[in-house]
Amino acid sequence: MTIFCFNSIRFILLPPQVRWLMAVLLDFEKPLEELIEQLEKAQATHAKGRVDMSDTVAQLTKKINNERKNLYKDLTGWQKVQISRHPERPYTLDYINAITKNFVELHGDRNVGDDKAMIGGLAKIDNHNVMIIGQQKGRNTKERQYRNFGMPNPEGYRKAKRLMKMAEKFDMPVICLIDTPGAFPGLEAEERGQGEAIAKNLMVMATLKVPIICVVIGEGASGGALGIGVGDRVLMLENSWYSVISPENCSTILWRSWDYKEKAADVLSLTSDKMLKNKLIDGIIPEPLGGAHNDPEMMFKTLKAELKKNIKELCELGSKKLVNARIKKFSKMGSFSDSA
Amino acid sequence: MSWFKRVKHGILTKTQDKKPTPDGLWYKCKECKEPTSTKEFELNLWVCPKCNNHGRIGSREYFNILFDEGKFKELDANLTSGDPLKFEDTKPYPQRLESSKKKSGLNDAVRTAIGKINGLKVSMAVMDFAFIGGSMGSVVGEKISRAIDAAIEHKIPMIIISKSGGARMMEAAFSLMQMAKTSAKLALLDEAKIPYISILTDPTTGGITASFAMLGDINIAEPKALIGFAGPRIIKETIGKDLPEGFQRSEFLQEKGFLDFIVERKDLKDKLHEVLSIFGVHKRTA
Ligand SMILES: [Zn+2]
Repeated sequence: MTIFCFNSIRFILLPPQVRWLMAVLLDFEKPLEELIEQLEKAQATHAKGRVDMSDTVAQLTKKINNERKNLYKDLTGWQKVQISRHPERPYTLDYINAITKNFVELHGDRNVGDDKAMIGGLAKIDNHNVMIIGQQKGRNTKERQYRNFGMPNPEGYRKAKRLMKMAEKFDMPVICLIDTPGAFPGLEAEERGQGEAIAKNLMVMATLKVPIICVVIGEGASGGALGIGVGDRVLMLENSWYSVISPENCSTILWRSWDYKEKAADVLSLTSDKMLKNKLIDGIIPEPLGGAHNDPEMMFKTLKAELKKNIKELCELGSKKLVNARIKKFSKMGSFSDSA
Repeated sequence: MSWFKRVKHGILTKTQDKKPTPDGLWYKCKECKEPTSTKEFELNLWVCPKCNNHGRIGSREYFNILFDEGKFKELDANLTSGDPLKFEDTKPYPQRLESSKKKSGLNDAVRTAIGKINGLKVSMAVMDFAFIGGSMGSVVGEKISRAIDAAIEHKIPMIIISKSGGARMMEAAFSLMQMAKTSAKLALLDEAKIPYISILTDPTTGGITASFAMLGDINIAEPKALIGFAGPRIIKETIGKDLPEGFQRSEFLQEKGFLDFIVERKDLKDKLHEVLSIFGVHKRTA
């Protein structure tokens, strides 16, 4: 991606952006480490005001950008999985806060409780009223536990279903932001019917009479992701992943060890480009250079524009057309032949 | 005839209609470890006569047990899987498919058919655990979808007998999307007000439980079948404790409210007929 290459320059002008640039470097980004250190030094010297380092700063910035472009040019499946899990990557609530106005969070499944790993509510995206739903991860240890690492229990899926039916009643498009390492595999989750909860969502979403736009913003693991993933448009952020199993678990099952996760990520074809090629999703939303966390503002802007465009298109279709096309799309997915 | 006397009919197919089993072979029960002659085991519908453990059987056996005179019209028998991802683990996926076909004599992990249950016409899909653990790939999703289409077209009830370890990893996201696909078809069946009975047998886990297996108007199970979303091993690892006795078994699921009832294999056919009759299917499809 070459469109968003100005982020490092912005960081020179805007000190808070340093946090994003200096975010945890992933192992494949190590070549940037030294350059970033040099850049920091040059800036510090410049800031003292005695020596004009602006030329050096500009040069280093350019170098970092080029190097980054190089690193991000040909990412492997596993590298994208790493980006999708970057600790600084924007989560569902970050998008909601940045993209929508008047977000009113709605809680509970009206049965068992309120699942903190699945959030949702009413919101406005400019002049569009929407129902927005998504899995929520936490940033620090405490938050992660509170959000159950973004792994919903059955109540989460049932809350999502309740909100979708409400959206249908009041004729609002539904937006689902998918970011989960999977539905929670716990004892109580089984007791309360994790399988049934997800299954029912698949059925309800298939025939919901309002537009549904799903975006995988980070991790899209298995039934836990699909449980809010049946949409008229299913989109993936460029560096997100979506599959039937995580590369680690796939590696464990196929090769009896986590050590083959890179290979597993490759064979699973879980990246956005491969998912689009296999016609299992409808589109890819480009991320800023260095991933969504490297320039969140730009990412918010891109996603917002993409959502607005899709809402507009889908709202023009009648509900009957919408549902027929949705079912037809999923019915076509598969690879088989009819010869003995 | 006295009111309490139930007449059993159509449950036992004639012995000569079944796959011949050589005399003198023994089946060792997985539960009680007691031996039974394979002949006796088969006559008892592959249920251990000593402890009532329901042995794992496949489409061939269920079609025989459930369809009148063991007769049915199979649908899409020749559908076979592609290899969309060029998937290779310890061996390439096409090789795995080939060896599974040879070993099981099946083309994939489900067979679908139209036949009659005590005179009532139904569309039925039965999963085969013998084919890559009954895992759901494109063929399973497509065949079940088409069987549902047939139920809608002919206005006949849909029955699915699930028996599966879940998704087929070798088809990755293609496999995942079969959950959405089959559930979408069931939503159409639902709108057409055609009954769907889901029968969960040992084992029914993963993506199967999280899609069509749990979506029946009536969900029923054979006794003591393992039924769950996450596998017991993963749950045990997650909570770091041993799982309670009977966890994720049919009886547990009924207690938790996810099954309408549990039925023994010998009663399955009559029970299905009973339920479908009360739904009034025979009148509507007459
Ligand atoms: Zn036994």
